[in-house]
Amino acid sequence: MIKVENLSKAFGPVQVLQKVTFRVKPGETIVLLGPSGSGKSTLLRCLNGLESFDSGKIRVADLELEPASFHQKGRDALLRSLRVRVGMVFQSFNLFPHLDVLSNITLAPIRVLGESSQRAEEKALALLERVNLRGKERAYPESLSGGEQQRVAIARALAMNPEVMLFDEPTSALDPELVGEVLSVISDLAEEGYTLLIVTHQMHFARRTANRVLFLDSGRILEEAVPAEFFSRPATQRARDFLKDLINAGGSHPDSSEIARA
Amino acid sequence: MPRQQRLCSGWLIGRWVSKSRSTSDQISFAFLKSWSIVKPVTAPRFIFLILVSFSTVISAWGDTLDEIRTRGVLLWGGDAEGGAPYTFPDPQNPNRLIGFEVEIAEELASRLGVQQKMVQTPWSTLPQALLRGDFDIILNGLEVTPERQQRVLFTRPYYQFQEALMIRKESQDIDGLEDLVGRRVGTLSGALAQQILEQFPGIDTVLYDDNVSPYRDLALGRLDGVLMDFPIAHYYGEKVPGLKYAGETYGEGQYAIAVRPDDHRLLDTLNALLMEMEGDGSLSRILRRWGLEGDSDVQFQGETSSVLTYLPLLGQAALMTIFLSVVSMLLAVALGLLLCLGRVYGPRPISLLFLAYIELFRGTPLLLQLLVIYFGLPSLGLAFPAWLAGIVGLTLNYAAYEAEIFRGALSSVPGGQMEAALALGLSRRMSIRHVILPQALRVSIPASTNDFIALFKDSSLCSVIGVVELTKQFNILAISTWRVMELGLLTGLLYLMMSYPLSVAARRWERRLARGRRY
Repeated sequence: MIKVENLSKAFGPVQVLQKVTFRVKPGETIVLLGPSGSGKSTLLRCLNGLESFDSGKIRVADLELEPASFHQKGRDALLRSLRVRVGMVFQSFNLFPHLDVLSNITLAPIRVLGESSQRAEEKALALLERVNLRGKERAYPESLSGGEQQRVAIARALAMNPEVMLFDEPTSALDPELVGEVLSVISDLAEEGYTLLIVTHQMHFARRTANRVLFLDSGRILEEAVPAEFFSRPATQRARDFLKDLINAGGSHPDSSEIARA
Repeated sequence: MPRQQRLCSGWLIGRWVSKSRSTSDQISFAFLKSWSIVKPVTAPRFIFLILVSFSTVISAWGDTLDEIRTRGVLLWGGDAEGGAPYTFPDPQNPNRLIGFEVEIAEELASRLGVQQKMVQTPWSTLPQALLRGDFDIILNGLEVTPERQQRVLFTRPYYQFQEALMIRKESQDIDGLEDLVGRRVGTLSGALAQQILEQFPGIDTVLYDDNVSPYRDLALGRLDGVLMDFPIAHYYGEKVPGLKYAGETYGEGQYAIAVRPDDHRLLDTLNALLMEMEGDGSLSRILRRWGLEGDSDVQFQGETSSVLTYLPLLGQAALMTIFLSVVSMLLAVALGLLLCLGRVYGPRPISLLFLAYIELFRGTPLLLQLLVIYFGLPSLGLAFPAWLAGIVGLTLNYAAYEAEIFRGALSSVPGGQMEAALALGLSRRMSIRHVILPQALRVSIPASTNDFIALFKDSSLCSVIGVVELTKQFNILAISTWRVMELGLLTGLLYLMMSYPLSVAARRWERRLARGRRY
C-alpha cells in the first residue's frame, strides 16, 4: 500500500529525514515513535504531499511521488489525487470554525468528489454515528470539547473514503480524560481494516493496536519491530533512553518494570 | 522677486477648493441633466441616468449654437458658492438661484428662444470644465485676462469694475496698497486682484477661495487689508462691521462670457445679443437692480425665517453623499479583495505590481488623486462626469486600504486551516474560497466598517471636482446666507445620522470578535 524508499529531506542545514525506507501493507497499523524533532511529523506530511522532499521515492497505492513531482506541470492534480486517497488528522484538529459539523464533513466530498449534498450528508451522518457524535451535526466547532472536535476531524477525513489514514499526534492537544474517546475510535478503524500510520506518545495504545512500531531518531529509522518486542527489548540505546524518558515524564508504559530492569 | 503666498484654508468645514453643480430645482442631482437632459430626476430614473451617462462620457461637440437650439437649453457654468450678487441660492427659497448673472442668463436664453440652466462648477476650474464640454459658456464673474484669452474666447464685457481695498476702521495710516507693504492682504485666488497685488513686492498676499473669509479675517485682525472686485466688497465687505474702504480703487476689470475657442458662431451671436441688451437698456436695468451701476443701493437681504428651510437641499445633498459612499465602498471592497488575493497568493510579478498599487494609492493624497482623475485623464480621452470621477477616485483609493485590511485578516487565519483544506484534496483556489476567505472576511468586518465611516467623510473631497454632496451644499448655503453656525450644526447632524449607525455596528462586531466568537 505504501512504499517509501531512501526518503531524505533537509530544512536548511538540518537533515530531518535521512534515507528513510519502509513499507506498509494494506490493513496494517503502524505507530511512529521517537523523540520530538526526530522527523515523524515531517515523514507523515511527506506521505500526503504537504511537504516536498529532496531525494527518494514515495509510492502510495498506484501513485508515485518524486522530488520532481513538486515542480512539474500537473503537480496540483497529482497531489490532489494523492490527498484524496490519504486522509490526515492533525494534532490541533483544524476544523473549519465557520462551518458547522455537518458542513465540515461534507465540504470536501461535495467539492472534490462531486457528491450530491444529499448523499454527502447521509454519509456524514453515518460517520458521525460511527464516532459517537450523532446529534452534533448542527453544532459549531467552538462549542465542542477537544475530544469531540478530534472525532469530527476523523469523520471529516473518512468522508473522503481514503485508503490510508495519517494521524499526527491526534491526542497531544487533548486533556487526559478526553484521550480515550479518540483512541478508541482509532482502534475501531484499525480493527475494521483501515491502513493507519499514527504518530503518538500513547504507549498502551501503541502496544495494543499497532502491527508494527517504527522508531525514528534524527531522521533515521533506528528500529522496526512488532510492539511486544520493541517495548520489552528495544534494540538500541536511543530507544531505551527514549522509553525511559517517557516513563520519567509520567508517560504510561506497558512494561515499565521490564524497561527499568533492562 | 519671490513672493510669499499662502493658501488660506477658510472658515468653513472642509473648504478645499470647490466644485459642484446645482440649479433652481433638483440641486444636487442637477448635474445629471447636463449629461442627459432635463425632467425631474426620481430615484429609479437616477440609476438609469447613471448608466446613460456612461455612454455619453465622451461626446465630441459639434457646433455649440446648434446644439443649444436643438437641446432647447443654454447650459452655463457657474459656482453658486461665489455668492451674491453673482449667482447664489435665494435665501428665502434656497431651491432657486438668483443674482445678476442669473438674470443675464435668463435674458440671453429668452432672446435665443431657449431655457437656461446653470451647471454648478467650482469657480477656479470653470475654464477646464468648459473645455471638457461640461457646459456651453462660462457666465460667472470671469475676468478677461491675457492668460485666459489664450485658452477661451471672450464676448464683449457685460460688466466693468474696479478692485476695492478694504481695511479696518481703526487703521488710520493706510491710504492705499503702498502702505500695506510688509503686511498681509487677502484676495481671491486666481482673480485680477491677485495680479495687482503682485505688482507690490513686499505685500504678503494671502489667497482665499471664497468671498466671506477674507473680510472675516480682516475684522479679526488676521489680515491688514482685502483687495477684491467691487461687487464682492459691496455685498460682503460692507456687511462686516468695523471695515471701511481705503482710498482709491485699483485696476480695471471686465467680466465677460467665455466660450470654447472654436465656437465663433456662438461668440458672434452672444456679442450681438449683448449689444442688443446694452442698446435697449435691459443690461443696465439688471445691473441697477443689483446695485452695481449708478446710485441705486438695493441691499440684498440675507435673512430668512427658519434654518429648516435648507433641510430639503441638505437632505438631497446627503443622498448624494450616501450614493457616492455606498457605491465606492462596495467597489473598493471588491477591488481590495482582488488586490489582496493577488498580493498574497499571486505569482511574484502580480504580487509586486499590486504592492506598488497599494503603496501608490495609500501614499498619495486622495485629493490629488481626484484632481488627476477628473482633470488629468481627459487628456488621455477619458473624461468622466464628476460623480463618476468621484466614485473612481474613492474606489481606487479605498481599495488600497481594504486590501491591507484583508491581508491582515488573512494572516489571522491559522496556517493549519489551509493545510487541513489541502489535505482533504481541495485545490488551493477552493481552499481560499471556501475555508480561508470566509474566516478572513468575518475578521475584517470591524476594520472595514471603520473604513466605511472614514470614506463617508472623505466623500466630501468630491466637492473639489464638482459634486454637490453634503459639504459642498453646506458651503454654498453658508456663503450666501451667512448662517454658518446653524447650517454647520444641521450638516453635522446629517453626517452623524449617517455614520453613527455604522460605528455602532462596527463596535458590536468588535465585541463579538473580542469574545472569541468569530462565527
